[in-house]
Parts: sequence; C-alpha cells; structure tokens
Amino acid sequence: MPGLCRLALAVIALAALVPPAAAQTTIDIAYLGLAAKRTLPLSYLDQPPTDEGLQGARLALADNQTTGRFLQQTYHLEEAIEPDGEGVLAAFKRLAAAGYRNFVTDLPAALLLQLADLPEAREAAILDATSTDDRLRAEDCRPNVLHLLPSRAMLADALMQYLAVKQWRRILLVAGPEPADQAYADAVRRSARKFQIRIVEDKPWTYDPGARRTDTGHYAIEAEVARFTQGISYDVLVVADEADNFGDDLGYRATDPRPVAGTQGLTPTAWARPFEQWGGTQLQNRFLKQAGRWMTDRDYGAWMAVRALGEAATRSGSTDPAKIRDYLRDPAFELAAFKGARLTFRPWDGQLRQPVLLADARSLVSVSPQPGFLHEVSELDTLGIDRPETSCRMP
Amino acid sequence: MPHALIRAAAAAACLLLVSGARAEHLLVSNEKDNTVTVIDGESLAVVKTVPVGARPRGIVLSKDAKSLYICTSDADHIEVLDLATLTVTRTLPSGPDPELFTLSPDGATLYVSNEDDNMVSVLDIAAGRIVSEIAVGVEPEGMGISPDGKILVNTSETTSMAHFIDTATHQVVANVLVDSRPRVAKWTKDAAQIWVSAEVGGTVSVIDAASHQIVTKIRFQIPGVPAESIQPVGIALTDDRKRAFVALGPANRVAVIDAQSFAVEKYLLVGQRVWNLAFSADGKRLYTTNGVSNDMSVIDVGALEVVKSVPVGRLPWGIVVAP
Repeated sequence: MPGLCRLALAVIALAALVPPAAAQTTIDIAYLGLAAKRTLPLSYLDQPPTDEGLQGARLALADNQTTGRFLQQTYHLEEAIEPDGEGVLAAFKRLAAAGYRNFVTDLPAALLLQLADLPEAREAAILDATSTDDRLRAEDCRPNVLHLLPSRAMLADALMQYLAVKQWRRILLVAGPEPADQAYADAVRRSARKFQIRIVEDKPWTYDPGARRTDTGHYAIEAEVARFTQGISYDVLVVADEADNFGDDLGYRATDPRPVAGTQGLTPTAWARPFEQWGGTQLQNRFLKQAGRWMTDRDYGAWMAVRALGEAATRSGSTDPAKIRDYLRDPAFELAAFKGARLTFRPWDGQLRQPVLLADARSLVSVSPQPGFLHEVSELDTLGIDRPETSCRMP
Repeated sequence: MPHALIRAAAAAACLLLVSGARAEHLLVSNEKDNTVTVIDGESLAVVKTVPVGARPRGIVLSKDAKSLYICTSDADHIEVLDLATLTVTRTLPSGPDPELFTLSPDGATLYVSNEDDNMVSVLDIAAGRIVSEIAVGVEPEGMGISPDGKILVNTSETTSMAHFIDTATHQVVANVLVDSRPRVAKWTKDAAQIWVSAEVGGTVSVIDAASHQIVTKIRFQIPGVPAESIQPVGIALTDDRKRAFVALGPANRVAVIDAQSFAVEKYLLVGQRVWNLAFSADGKRLYTTNGVSNDMSVIDVGALEVVKSVPVGRLPWGIVVAP
C-alpha cells in the first residue's frame, strides 16, 4: 500500500513536471530535501519546524518573481522532500532528466556527495543551503557545489575573534558525543589556535540526566554541572552540542559564574531572531508573514541559495543554466543578504563569504569579523579557511 | 571712537544678515526614539523634541513649508506635523510600512514606498486618500521626482533596480538595473540625470534621464577602511551640478565628488553610520544624520570641513531644512 502510494505520487510528480525545454524565459529551480527526523530539543519552547529551509526557498522565489516581472523572467520552484537517501537520489535523477540544472539542497554531507558525484550532476549547479560541514569545503569539495551557510570553521572563528577582542582568552571546551558535536569542537580547537585562545580544559559531556523534566529533576542537573566545572579556572565555557541535547543546561549552574557560548548561549550563526540590522527587519517581517514562524539559519541559507540563482539570472540576463552557473562564480557576482556587506563565493572552495552574527535568544551581541582583524583581500576572509590553507583541490 | 562705533554697527549688521540667512530650522527624524528633533539653523541648538508615531524615517516638507510629512513606518501611516505649533495635526494613509516618499512639485501628491508589499502608493494629500498603487520591485525604497513632476524614480532594494514611472499614467516606463541594494534616487536640478546610490554594491550609478542608460558608476576607496563598510546612501547635489556629496554609511564619511568629472575629491569624516544629507537654504552648509553616534554633523560646504556635531535623538534617519 505505501509502495503503491509512492508509485502513484511519483507518477503524479512526473506529470506535473514542466519540461524546461520551453524554458527560454523560465528559470527552473529544484529543491531537494530529506524529510527531517529530528529529535525534540532540550527546551520544548522551540519545536523544530517541519518546513525548515523550504520556507526560505519559497520566500526567495517570491522575491525573484517580483524582480523577474521587469525582465520577462519567471521562476519555478520544484519541491522534492524525500523520506530517505534513495528517494533523494531518485528524485534528483528524475529532475535532471526532465532538464533541471539548478538545485538547492538541504542534505547531510554524505548524501550530498553521492548526489554531486552522479554523472547527471556534471552540468548542475548544486547550492548547498544548510550544511556547515568543513569537509565539504575541504578534501570533499566539488566543483559543482556551492555552500551558502557559514562553515563550522567560520562560526568558530567568529566566536574566537570576539573572545579575543574581549580578552576572554581562557576557555573550557565541553563537547557532546555526537559526530556533529565533535566536528564543532574540532573547529573550535583549530580556531582557538588561530586566535591564541587557550583551551584550559577539553572535556567530553557524557552525563545522561534521564527524566530531567520530572519534579526536582533540576537538582540533579545543577549538581552535575557544578561538579563538572569545579576546580577549573576559565573565562568562558564553550559548548559543542548541535542537537540541543544539554547545552542549555550549562548556564547558571557552573561552580564559577561564567558565560556560556558556542552552540548555546552566545551563538555564532548566520541568522538569529533578534537580528534587525541592515534592513534585516524587512526579511524577518516578510518571513513571519509568509511562514507564521521565525526564520532560522537554515531558512536563511535556502533563501540565499534561491536568491543567488535569481541574482545570477538577473545579472547575466539569461535563463540558460550554464550561464547562471558560470555567473555564480564570476568575480562580478554579489549577493545582498541583509548583512551590509556584499557576499561573494570563495573561488577556492565554493563557500559564500559573509559576516557571522553573535547572538543569544533575545539580543544581537556582535557581528564578526571584529574590527581590527585585517586581511589583504577581504576582512571576511579572516573567518574560515583562507586560500593558502585550503585542502580543497578543484579539478 | 567713531571707528569703533562703525565697526560695532557693521558687526551687528553682519550678525543680523547672518541670522536672516539662517532663520531656518532643521528637522531630524529619530527612528528609535519616535521623535522629531527641531534644531535652530543659526545657533544649532535643539529647540524642541517632538513625539511622533512609531519609527519615523522619511520626512519631507510641504510645498507651503508650513508642515512636515513624516513616514511613521511602524504606525503604518503618514503624520502631518504643523511647524507653527509643532504638533501632529493630521494623519494620512500610506499603505503598509511607509519608509520614504517624495512630494510632487505642485505639492498635491505624495508618492510613498511601501517596503513590505512591493508597492508605491500615490496619495492625494487634500483628499487624504490613496488614489493608486504601482507595483514595483522587492522592498521599494528611494523616491525621486523629476523637477517637472512627470517622472518618478523608485528604487527597490532586493530587486536592485531604479524604476522609472510616468506620473500621468502610473505605468513603469523603464527599469534600470543598478548595483545591489539601491537606496536613494536624486535628480539633478537640470533634470538631465538621476543619481542612485547602491548600499551593498558600494557604488553610485549616474543615469541619463532621457536614454535611461548608466553614464557612469562612481566607486569609493578609503585607505584603512574595509571595502565592505563603504555603503553609499544619502546624496546631495548642488543646484549647478558642480558638486555632489554622498553619505557612505558605516564608513563614517561623506564623499565629495566633482559632479562633472565624477572624480572623488575628498572624504570628510563625520559621525557613525552617516545616512541622509540636506543643504541649508543658502547652500553653505551640509547637514548629515549619523545613525549610530546619534548626532548630526555640520559641514562647511565652502571650506569642505566638518565644523560641528549636534546630538539629536536615537537612530537619526531623515533630515529636512525648513525656512
């Protein structure tokens, strides 16, 4: 029965595809996502939305349409959210066969690589809207993939620059057990070396609190965090907990009164709810109106991806996917994404250069790069992996 | 003794003359404070701080110079500030989220950019109602009307275009693609050109009014200032089109440009995040609003020097000189 249903859906999906052969004036964009099986975060205040990413793409589509009206260009967004990796690869092949060349993806690293290496992907422009994995910008980089969100290296550098400016140079690093947490912690370690921040202790978080929301559960958490941080002299606790499993438990409970930063507390991020500078209020308002919820960094990544395709189509004056793909990497390409600066792709690894916000749940604290961190080409390149140190080898 | 007397009399006469020339007021909208600061044009002292509606941004003087129209963006309407009594006497509809507007030369119509819904609203001031809406690009912002009132130029920030609108038919007659995030559109007095600043692109496009072609793009480079912080917004052009001034946002400078050769002559250091500009009536001074340092800088146009800064409200945005 579910198999039949899926088959029927696939047939309907095929029938609904407009062959972009008539695409002289239409820019066809396909959005490929993996239906998220997200676990609930620690706090039930912020339930993970089911349409995260997609809503950002839809908003950018509307923006592109408005601009396209004046240039006799229209945009079409084909949404394919699949339950598993196989489904994603099949959808990609199906769409590529139907003529799609512009892809926006919300996929984990391994699946993204599988997809990018398919023969059907050779002519494609794949815009990775949501990953932060450094390996996709390093040894696993691909010439047909561009990355919109800041990498973990950029996020960590944004935070370490701020700590350096504040002279909070001794950190306690606390990393969760998940591979993503380890990757985040690795980025912090690398960045700490780069900006001469001392990791006074590097501790894994292994405590499983069990039923923490039961009555009096908070005593156990408080006691554990106090014990965990006892006898360590540090300025800031930096936590690596990407899935929100324990990071919020670390604030206010340590032995010494020290702020928490990293994946919780003061967080380096591409987008944050309190952000309203450089016209950001407008994007927040339009998104709220459309989606009925706040924009997340993943929504923002997808918004930037679809807008980048729109910008390339507008500036190149073309709907030809090859021209759009080339323009994305052209030095003249620039994306305005409510960060003041113009954003461009780094030619050495396909990463979008961008300022990184430092915010907590209710206020924007700072924006990196911090003043004073100089660079011969662009101050934005003080964040993340610079050209001389890249291990990406594009053919 | 007679000499001294004459000198004193001459000085008094000069003072009178000066105060005659500067018997004007400066009006500054403060986006975060929900106020308009009124400053005496001669003494540069703050005369009064007037509470207005939520998030005042664009301001423009009525043709008879008796009122100030204020875009109170978050109140979703336009307020009319009576300059004799310094009280808000009337509100006008604006469409959602009005940011900037411009007045037709006959003083009868306001053209309002509605940032949230990609429209320009046409407001009949006497009737107090919106008579037409014109669809433009994403996040309409800058508004410039030709001296004869026939062509309205609107910029849209995310679409990155200057839209040329025929004010008789309300049709968009041309779209000029400029650099990213265009903010201000300013006509030259001779109606030959429109200057459009692009905040993120970091340039000013000079557009030929007749052909709609970009004549040149002015770029800025300041030693020691990262290119990313050079964000052009406000533009002021002298009536003879000899010189232009461009506010460069977080670069905290105003560029002085030879408007004939388009060469940048000088950068003047002003307050932080310099936003909009206005000349005094005699053209001898240029005033700037500085959004982050919450003040106004005063530039001596002849000497090309910053001579004073005047504290105003929080996040000063627009500035208008009233007689």
